[in-house]
Amino acid sequence: MKGANISNLSLLLASSLVLVSLLISCFQKLKLEKETIISVVRAIVQLYVVGYILQYVFGLKNPLVTTLIVVLMAFNASYNAAKRGKAIRHGLRISFFSILIGAGTTLAVLVLTGAIKYEAYQIIPISGMLISNAMVAIGLCYRQMAADFKSRRNEVEAKLALGADIKVSSIGILRDSVRTGMVPTIDSTKTLGIVSLPGMMTGLILAGTSPLMAIRYQIMVTFMMMSTTAISSFIACFLSYRGFFNSRKQLI
Amino acid sequence: MTSLEFQNVSYSHGGKDILHNLSLTVSSGDYISIVGPSGSGKSTFLKLCCHLISPTEGKILFHGKDMLQQGPTELRKKISYCFQEPVLWGSTVRDNLAFPYQIRSMKPDWEKAAALLSDFSMDKSCLAQDIGGLSGGERQRVALVRTILFEPEILLLDEVTSALDAENTALVEKAVLGLNRKGITVLWVTHNSEQSRKYANKLMAIEDGRIKSLEAIR
Repeated sequence: MKGANISNLSLLLASSLVLVSLLISCFQKLKLEKETIISVVRAIVQLYVVGYILQYVFGLKNPLVTTLIVVLMAFNASYNAAKRGKAIRHGLRISFFSILIGAGTTLAVLVLTGAIKYEAYQIIPISGMLISNAMVAIGLCYRQMAADFKSRRNEVEAKLALGADIKVSSIGILRDSVRTGMVPTIDSTKTLGIVSLPGMMTGLILAGTSPLMAIRYQIMVTFMMMSTTAISSFIACFLSYRGFFNSRKQLI
Repeated sequence: MTSLEFQNVSYSHGGKDILHNLSLTVSSGDYISIVGPSGSGKSTFLKLCCHLISPTEGKILFHGKDMLQQGPTELRKKISYCFQEPVLWGSTVRDNLAFPYQIRSMKPDWEKAAALLSDFSMDKSCLAQDIGGLSGGERQRVALVRTILFEPEILLLDEVTSALDAENTALVEKAVLGLNRKGITVLWVTHNSEQSRKYANKLMAIEDGRIKSLEAIR
């Protein structure tokens, strides 16, 4: 293989880098030693487990198992997104639906256009990127929405008092929340290649792919992130704002 | 004709009792001043009237029918509430006065809006004015015009003149009296005892979440 090939020995030697952060923590009395060691051990165990599972799943070549894993990933992400938006009613259900539709639509376009194949080794890593991006976006949407319904309560009530429906009364908050979910992806898109080489592109280059081929993948990934974030944020916000009202269209 | 009827209405929120066992009837065309110390439940009473909140006990009837059996947005179009702190949105006065038309899917009638603005001593040119440049009095008058553009059956006013000077207060009082003479029922919460007796036909005092008195004064 032309690209990077990490032997067990070089991996072991590289682990000495952890000592640097441990030493800094020790000398500066940051009390982070225990947490550092736990996080390093967790990372190693988790990644090895994931590595073996992926190796096994890729070997199965079973689209049903691939789909099941994607759904499980989406559920896990929804759980995390819902935890960030405790003020959101039915947060888990809404997040799960939004992530599934957002990631599902993007994956469907990619598969149907022939950009990727519906095979575990392509679908699972790409879904991982999409789902985690959607999870972060939805978490941001929820936080913004909860804060806005608190700070702009008078505006919403004034609109309701004029006889406006709940959607018209909350549309400003909805737009702000969807925007908050989408902005980080748009911002990172603007700085691609200037501030950082994204993880996927770096991985491909390290694995020996030519930079010109790597950027094609990165461009595709960027487009998928944007569409997934937009779809998921939009659905999550438009489903969750209703939870701030009761059936009599009164602000809770 | 009875317009609004409270039947043993109580309201509590967050474990705190705010209004206790209120019973009263409001007739069409009434002009009721509501007085009482801060925190006595006056604003809560007005919010119950326009269905921004619902009673925890008892019933509120509008034209003899339980509010819970009527559409909330339709109710609020007939019973409009103007807040103590005027909340404006968008960027201009025009954006605010267009809102009542938007929610009815209608084209704004700027002639009518201009006529109402002139009742409150504001001319047509202020439609294009940025809301950031309005004084407190102007903001309140714009909010009032926005509330009465479609002439509600009942107008609820929550200390709307508390931040206005004498001149602006007189303008608002005159305009509200004009609306009442057209048949609009007015429920006006005020701290000003002189104002409370000036034009109203009934005076209601609320204390500790209870109706202390309700008397005809005219």
